[in-house]
Amino acid sequence: MIRFEGVTKRYVEASGTGGGAESVAVDDLTLEAPTGQITVLVGPSGCGKTTTLRMVNRMITPTSGTISIDGRDTASLDVAELRRGIGYVIQHAGLFPHRTVLDNVTTVPRLLGTDKRTARSRAMELIERVGLDPAMARRYPAQLSGGQQQRVGVARALAADPPVMLMDEPFSAVDPVVREQLQNEFLRLQSELGKTILFVTHDIDEAVKLGDQVAVLRVGGILAQLDSPARLLADPVDDFVAGFVGRDRGYRALSFGAALELSLADEPTVRLGATAAEVRAVGTAWVLCVGDAGEPLGWVRAAAVESEVTTRVLHRGGTVASTTGSLRALLDAALSSPSGRGVVADDDGRLVGTIRAAEVIPAIEARRDGVGATTGSGTHAQTSARPAEEATAR
Amino acid sequence: MTWALDHLGEIMSRAGQHAWLAGVPLVLGLLIALPLGWLAARQPRLRAVLLTSTGLLYTIPSLALFILLPPLLGTKILDPVNVIVAMTVYTVALLTRTVADGLSSVDGSTRQAAVAMGYGSFARFRAVDLPLAVPVIAAGLRVAAVSNVSIVSVASLIGISQLGYFLTDGYARSFPTEVWVGIVACLLLALVFDLVIQVVSRFLTPWTRAVAT
Ligand SMILES: Nc1ncnc2c1ncn2[C@@H]1O[C@H](COP(=O)(O)OP(=O)(O)O)[C@@H](O)[C@H]1O
Ligand SMILES: [Mg+2]
Repeated sequence: MIRFEGVTKRYVEASGTGGGAESVAVDDLTLEAPTGQITVLVGPSGCGKTTTLRMVNRMITPTSGTISIDGRDTASLDVAELRRGIGYVIQHAGLFPHRTVLDNVTTVPRLLGTDKRTARSRAMELIERVGLDPAMARRYPAQLSGGQQQRVGVARALAADPPVMLMDEPFSAVDPVVREQLQNEFLRLQSELGKTILFVTHDIDEAVKLGDQVAVLRVGGILAQLDSPARLLADPVDDFVAGFVGRDRGYRALSFGAALELSLADEPTVRLGATAAEVRAVGTAWVLCVGDAGEPLGWVRAAAVESEVTTRVLHRGGTVASTTGSLRALLDAALSSPSGRGVVADDDGRLVGTIRAAEVIPAIEARRDGVGATTGSGTHAQTSARPAEEATAR
Repeated sequence: MTWALDHLGEIMSRAGQHAWLAGVPLVLGLLIALPLGWLAARQPRLRAVLLTSTGLLYTIPSLALFILLPPLLGTKILDPVNVIVAMTVYTVALLTRTVADGLSSVDGSTRQAAVAMGYGSFARFRAVDLPLAVPVIAAGLRVAAVSNVSIVSVASLIGISQLGYFLTDGYARSFPTEVWVGIVACLLLALVFDLVIQVVSRFLTPWTRAVAT
């Protein structure tokens, strides 16, 4: 557990006359980052996120207040020892250009005196674990894409198996598709490793997706709200947080938690190769086509089938929701389906039934009434605080 | 040409002395410029002082330095040590700025990562900043090498043996061939220095040739 107690950082602006105005980067911050969880610090640029993070490994010294890790005041520890026990990942990875990927990853273990062979074999494991081809181990950073460099950055930070990780906008400099991949793999990795992570981002979507808890900071380094992602979306404490969390927060809040109860309709289906007559016997407008294992393949417009159902005539625009998935996924399945009937499958991907948007709304209302009962208690079950899409991926 | 062949032994021995007088100061100068450059790169205030004062050293005329050094060092006027010391001064003058620039050229995020991994400032210098500064330092060394080779030839005016002798002697005897031999030999020597520095730098920086595939 990382604990901030009344931590303040003031900078004296350098000025020619010597006086110098003071500016407060972090203001009386008290915060706990629980062991084994991801605590996200989010806020607009200049609100003191980086300063907060760097005070943990003493790259910046607090003006006042204490920071402790597992009850030990960081100020009392040897600074090199402290830093080697904390993994640090930054925006542009900051890899050593003159060292190969493998030698980058072995840096901290080597500093800690691990012999070369052990350090290297462990590094190779990590390189694979963060999703890199082992052949890349011999490359130099300049030979990697931004996303790959970032993976190496994560592997390097994990190399000495530190209990604590500090991550400063690690995924901000890569394109959205790669970012999403990195985020998902990061969550998978964290579910295996259970590190105590302080994660900084300016992107509220990333904060809500990754955080077990999210701390929203406002400019001047003031903690505005500390809550689970679900509660942050459902109940922002003030206009600043509400504005920062964004417009479609009502819709996005549906990402958290599955429906309590679903009323699914049975959906008659056809297989690939079904004749036009067979299709029309099932339905006259849109008919769902499934594969051999019962997995939904796509919708067929009955009128468009000339001789038989081929993959070419399948409409693939509709998303598929999972029975254990989120209300957001359910609603999206209904809204994206050409027939208006959202396809719902079980965890193995087999069709269970369909649901219309109008039937998802009662499920949303039912859940809101359920959540309403706990509003104000401030506690939330971990499982429901996670976006449901990831819950299935983990 | 035949003159050159006839005097090959003498040319080679003077070239050897020339290489010694220009090369040793190159190494000594680098060894002194490294800590000075390191200090300059660490301390913005020291930087201005160090770079200005070492820069000024380069403006002292070489002949003056060759003559002023013996009483300062307690050496004889014909002692080659005077030349070595003078050339070291020039090398330091040229290289301090280069070393400082090279060390501060390391990317901010790379330096930050090194600090966060628990590198102390000396360990970081040795393991990160210095290796990354090699290309910049090598470029500075090439300039210093050429400069040294050309300044050393002035030492023939005070009677110290090296390739410059052919220039003064050829001039005194109105014998252009000898002057040309001196010039070409100096050029070739400068080229050899340049080549050696490039090869060593290449050997130390395999990563600079690693490009995106
Ligand atoms: N070395 C410094 N000297 C003076 N002010 C600083 C310094 N570092 C950061 N600041 C100021 O502190 C505030 C917080 O900075 P930072 O923690 O980097 O914000 P964030 O990471 O949230 O964008 C900013 O207003 C910034 O200008
Ligand atoms: Mg920042």
